[in-house]
Parts: sequence; C-alpha cells; structure tokens
Amino acid sequence: MSTMRLLAGRTLSAGPEGFAEHAARLGHLPHAGRDLTEVVVRSGLTGRGGAGFPAGLKWRAAAARHAQVLVVNGAEGEPHSKKDRLLMSTRPHLVLDGALLAARAVRVKEIVLYIGEHHTIARAAMERALAERPAADRKHFRIAAAPARYVSGDSSAAVHLVTTGIALPTNAPAAPAMVQNVETLAHVALIARSGEDTGTVLVTMAGGVARPGVLEVETSSTIADAIALAGGATEPPRAVLMGGYFGAWVEIGQAQGLTLDPAALRARGLSLGCGVVGVLPGSHCPVCETAGIMRYLAGESSAQCGPCFFGLRALAEASGRIATQGSNSEDLQRLHRWAAEVRGRGACKHPDGAVMFLQSALSTFGQEFASHPAHRARRSA
Amino acid sequence: MSRHYEIVVDRIRCDGRGLCAELLPELIRLDDWGYPIISPGPIPEHLMPLAERAVEDCPVLALTLRRTEQGKRASR
Repeated sequence: MSTMRLLAGRTLSAGPEGFAEHAARLGHLPHAGRDLTEVVVRSGLTGRGGAGFPAGLKWRAAAARHAQVLVVNGAEGEPHSKKDRLLMSTRPHLVLDGALLAARAVRVKEIVLYIGEHHTIARAAMERALAERPAADRKHFRIAAAPARYVSGDSSAAVHLVTTGIALPTNAPAAPAMVQNVETLAHVALIARSGEDTGTVLVTMAGGVARPGVLEVETSSTIADAIALAGGATEPPRAVLMGGYFGAWVEIGQAQGLTLDPAALRARGLSLGCGVVGVLPGSHCPVCETAGIMRYLAGESSAQCGPCFFGLRALAEASGRIATQGSNSEDLQRLHRWAAEVRGRGACKHPDGAVMFLQSALSTFGQEFASHPAHRARRSA
Repeated sequence: MSRHYEIVVDRIRCDGRGLCAELLPELIRLDDWGYPIISPGPIPEHLMPLAERAVEDCPVLALTLRRTEQGKRASR
C-alpha cells in the first residue's frame, strides 16, 4: 500500500497548494498514456462520487466507445458532503493531474470541470490552479457550474449540462462522455506516481460528533475510529447513516466495527457512497429523521418522471404522517409497497436511491415505525 | 429460433395516460398515480400483437419494444 495521502502537504487552513509546491512535493505529472488504465484497474480504485463503480473498468468502456468529453464531477449536491469542495479548495493540482491522466488514458481532448455553483472557494482555487498550468494542458479544460440541486450530480445530468446546458437527468446523453468524481481523479494522480492504491478515503463526518467535517482515513479504519477522530460522539449514538441520503442506516452496535473500505462495505451490502458518515444521536427519533430526509429527497425530484415525482412525494407524506400523527398500519403497508414499486422506474437513479434509503430505515427501525407515538416532526439533523 | 422482446418505457415521456394498461393488462398494470408497471421478462409470443398495438397507440410515444436475450429479466 502506498504511503501517499491526498491531503498530505501544507496545512489545509493555509489554502490551495500552488503548482510549484505541488510539483516539488510530488514531482511532475508522470508520463502515462493508455497503459495507465490497466494500472488503475489493478489498483482496485472505485468511484468516490456515490455509485462506487470500478474506475479502471469505466475507463476501458469509455475508450471502447470513443468518449469525447471527460466530466470532472465536483457538483457535490449531497447535503452533508464537504470532501469534494475541500479537495478542490486545498489540493486543486491533484484533481487537475488526475483529470489530465484520465483524459490521456481514454484519449479524450475536452475536460469539463463541473463544480457546484455555490462552491465559490473551490471554483476560485481550480481557476487559479488552471492558470498556473502550461498552455498545452490548459487548452483542454473548461469550467461549468452545476446548479445547486441534488440531482445535478447525477452523471447523466452532468453530461446533459455540459453538452446542452440543461442539468437534468436524461435517457440519452448527447455526446459520449466519461464522468468521474474529483476525489477519484485525485487518487489517480497518486496511483500514477506510486503504481498502487492510496489506501485512504475521504469521509465527511456529520450529525452527532464533536467536530463534524472532512477526514482522510485509512480504509482499514473503523467507523468507531472515524467517530473518535471527529472528536467523539456528542452523546451515545443510536445509528449511523452510511453513505449519505442514498445510503443506509446501520445500528450503532453493528456500525462501530465496520471498516471504511469500499470493498468490505459492499460485501456487507452497504456502500461508502459519497463518504458521508451521519451519526444519529441517541436522543433523536429515527422515524422523524427519516421523514425529514424523505421530504427533502421528494422535493429534489426533477419532476420529469411520474413514479419519482408522485411516488417520492407520497412516500414522504406517508412517513411524515407516521412521524407527526403516530404509527398506523395503512401507511406502513403503503410505505413498503410503494417503495418496492417505485424502484427502477425513473430515468435516473434518484428514485432508487431514495427508496433504498427508506427501505433501510424500515428494516433498521422497524420497531420504531410500528410503534411511533404522535409528536411534532423535528428538523432533520 | 424465436425472438424475445421486452417493453421499455421512456419514463420522461410517459404521461400516465394509461392506455397501455387497458390494451395489455396481462403485462401492464398502473401504480397508484396512473403510471405503468411492466411485468419483468420477455413478452410471451401470444401477447406480441397486443404489445405492438400498445407501443403504436401510446399517445406520447413513450413505449418501445427492445430485443432481449432469452431469460434475461427486464428491470423496468
């Protein structure tokens, strides 16, 4: 395993690392071409945007279908996630290195930095970093602003925006494109230098911890380790939401020993997702928390597909009724039936992510959903 | 060798008119909001004429028939 880390170098509060400092620390961009694809395949690197698809396999497929555009996904629309903008704001040249290496490996000439429209510090850092690069590198890049919507980060939405100007998911992207998350590409910059997996992941600790924020941890670290690194839990936790709003709830007893290793999590039927580890304090009601997140996800439907627009709204209303008026068997049955029916029936994965999140809540907090008393909904943490 | 087809819905086009479920209730039912739920799997031979009719008659042209490998399950 490599000793390199994404966030090595100057302290993060010192702002973005400049090109000279980056090059002095890591050396210049390695000469690599198509052969890098197989190095990335062997490293086992998986996408860090949420879906966790093996990066090397994505590159192979993109080369085979002659992708023309590389979209560097820094939309980061996930509410608690901060790691992508931290990376762009502090180590912009790692992202640019990874993007150039991926573009060369896949033979793509055009690279679009797709950055959340409100991530102004990240965008400024990326612009400044680009300006420091030689013209021969710079000419491949342009920057596009991702609208501040949850679905903007969906890869079909990203491609749709950079090719047509519309950031909505679509059935048929206009140009063959490859979409890769900024953290994934930063790992590529290190893998190209060391030949092996970095062995770390960026996680955003959220909810009931003393110091919420971004950590770079070894993939051998457990969730308990990460909670400790974040200053410890503010009160004994009830559960952990692993992987953000498209993730899954895990009881704290089971969660603590889980390692933050994408492959190990997948083997347990879980996912690192976008790396958000949400800690639910023991005094918070999981039913109300779930209802709040469902309301958010229903509101973030792009309203293009009926099953997503109407289905998520109905699911949010039914979980909201249980949260505010108390448990009732009709709504519980509806939640189970609708969740199963909605899945797989959208143009993008938004409805699937939302119902899988709800299904994890129904299985992890089955007792609470069945016996929830009537009380006012809390705001989601 | 017989060809196998499945019905694919363009979820963005689909408006929930529900004609497909009237024409082909054997394979298509509607959810609580009027949008089609397609039975997974290839279309049985004897239902192919009805499936073709449903595809042709969809008022917003949201349905297509797609060739599928035998036994491969459709997810939508």
